[in-house]
Amino acid sequence: MKILVCISNVPDTTSKITFTNNNASFNENGIQFIINPYDEIALAKAIGLAANGNGKVTVLNVGEVSTEPTIRKALACGADEAVRIDAAPRDAWFVANQIADYVRTNPYDLILTGRESIDYNGAQVQSYVAELLSLPSVAIAKKLDITDNEATIEREIEGGKEVLTVNLPVVVGTAEGVAEPKIPNVRGIMDARKKPLNVIPPIEVTQLSKITSFESPVPRGTVNLIDKEQVNQLVELLHSEAKVI
Amino acid sequence: MSVLVYIENIEGTFKKSGFEAVSYAKTIAGLLGEEVNALSIGAVPPAELEKLAQYGADKVIKIENDQLKQFINQAYAQLIANVAKSTGAKTIILSNTFNGKGLAPRIAVKLDAVLCDGAINIPAIAGDVWTIKKSVFSSKAIATEELKAAVKVIALTPNSVETKEAPVPAQIETFQSELLSNDLATTIQEIVRATDKVSLPDATIVVSAGRGMKGPENWRIIEELADVLGAATACSKPVSDAGWRPHAEHVGQTGLAVSPNLYIAIGISGAIQHLAGVSSSKTIVVINKDPDAPFFKVADYGIVGDAFEIVPKLTEAIKAFKN
Ligand SMILES: Cc1cc2nc3c(=O)[nH]c(=O)nc-3n(C[C@H](O)[C@H](O)[C@H](O)COP(=O)(O)OP(=O)(O)OC[C@H]3O[C@@H](n4cnc5c(N)ncnc54)[C@H](O)[C@@H]3O)c2cc1C
Ligand SMILES: Cc1cc2nc3c(=O)[nH]c(=O)nc-3n(C[C@H](O)[C@H](O)[C@H](O)COP(=O)(O)OP(=O)(O)OC[C@H]3O[C@@H](n4cnc5c(N)ncnc54)[C@H](O)[C@@H]3O)c2cc1C
Repeated sequence: MKILVCISNVPDTTSKITFTNNNASFNENGIQFIINPYDEIALAKAIGLAANGNGKVTVLNVGEVSTEPTIRKALACGADEAVRIDAAPRDAWFVANQIADYVRTNPYDLILTGRESIDYNGAQVQSYVAELLSLPSVAIAKKLDITDNEATIEREIEGGKEVLTVNLPVVVGTAEGVAEPKIPNVRGIMDARKKPLNVIPPIEVTQLSKITSFESPVPRGTVNLIDKEQVNQLVELLHSEAKVI
Repeated sequence: MSVLVYIENIEGTFKKSGFEAVSYAKTIAGLLGEEVNALSIGAVPPAELEKLAQYGADKVIKIENDQLKQFINQAYAQLIANVAKSTGAKTIILSNTFNGKGLAPRIAVKLDAVLCDGAINIPAIAGDVWTIKKSVFSSKAIATEELKAAVKVIALTPNSVETKEAPVPAQIETFQSELLSNDLATTIQEIVRATDKVSLPDATIVVSAGRGMKGPENWRIIEELADVLGAATACSKPVSDAGWRPHAEHVGQTGLAVSPNLYIAIGISGAIQHLAGVSSSKTIVVINKDPDAPFFKVADYGIVGDAFEIVPKLTEAIKAFKN
């Protein structure tokens, strides 16, 4: 089984998010980049499925050369090879077109992404890729099992869950529950240096959207602390001041 | 021309987020001087369909397809795109729900449209270029985005605009559309829904608890508070990791992002990753025994003290208030 895992290079979850260039760009200064946490889940699942000679795992990132440490980390976790499509990932539409174009000439049985990238939170790439390739997809999967040529997937729905089956190839966005993220060991880190990382040029894509500025959410005023013996007062304020009950 | 809004139903009933989408579509249609067509797919009783007209849907289009008893994103996207084409809609609106996320990009590809996922406001319209806001970096920032293609798909974040009644006479039409087998490649085996509980993404009030609750056996007081408020329950990541609560309740940067009107955080410290998914809640109440817990810094109201003592009292006070 050939498995493609798409990984996004994102700011560490503890990052303080600020902007430069008149609030037109994200300030990368001092930011530590990591594999998107959901993509780590996808990667761990892929490595598990491909274990014992059952398959091969390719990780793919659309990004500039600065993302290579993140790609190497994915190789250190156990992916077999990597592909970097050499371009700044302008938006999800651009990224998805690059991935779809690559898959058209390099078919895979299973294409995994995270449920969303924690930077731009689109949760779009997986469904774009699936539609561009006319493949079935699940945007947010909580469980994934493969037997022979069939995937059984549990996905979250409003107020519950749904279990579905679908023949491969399929595109799946993974969330918690699919697998436990892997931490690379020293051996993995050594091996990663020798694994192939192919850099390929991007295709042209028409830009349909553009982020023109960012703002930070309006800060809240200072907290109104209520005496623990006066919970009635809280109820009153939630009703008359906040108007939420 | 018309604005097309797709409203998802859950077992024949529309959710509040659906009515928000209709109100949103009505406002945009007003700016464009267009009408609103509301589309429903699946078996929905006429009385429920008529509710869409209450929020200003000039026409309600329904599709009941025997091939399609359940939600399959490929098939639904095809039907929505077919209706958009046949009605000449250049603006397609839907809710950014679990299902909506699987649909919106597909619809955009089929219609050569630009997609704004997770929109939180009414766009500013200047000819074909629209400017719209969406939440990014897990609610740590808001981005202003320009949408440049002639056709636009907008997935609206639930709870970001108000529902507005704007009644028009209900006019319901049926739309016939065939599906190709490729669109039906997925087979639904099972659906499990807890119907007695308020669903978290749709909830206007969320009662959330963390490691401060000490163990799963102590969640009764959390559930009782949620019950009197008609709220959904949520939890921090370590709580679901430990199996105290289901993963579906985990909120934060790597869980569900929620923006209810009221978020009550009990025994949660307020780590940056937790705040990322909840800080766009309109009002935040924090109950924590540690006065230095970081959560107090982003709260509107707080009570310092032992949750085991305060939460039951709060439940009683709300019960008394509601009577
Ligand atoms: C300089 C710069 C400017 C940018 N400007 C914009 C902008 O204007 N608008 C905008 O929307 N975004 C912008 N981005 C963000 C970037 O393009 C995002 O990676 C992209 O938009 C993905 O969108 P998303 O976060 O919605 O991904 P999602 O759809 O949430 O991602 C889902 C999954 O897709 C996969 N994936 C996502 N990104 C990649 C990737 N790069 N390579 C491989 N797999 C991936 C991952 O598996 C991920 O879990 C910019 C980035 C840079 C570096
Ligand atoms: C990559 C990454 C992603 C993450 N994503 C998320 C995420 O999406 N969501 C998330 O929640 N976390 C996430 N985390 C974890 C996060 O960093 C925190 O560890 C977590 O939020 C802490 O959970 P907590 O507040 O329940 O527990 P703690 O931090 O242990 O806090 C417990 C709180 O309860 C209070 N308390 C104790 N007893 C009582 C009592 N009797 N009455 C009242 N208060 C009491 C304490 O004062 C304390 O403030 C992530 C971490 C990483 C590294």
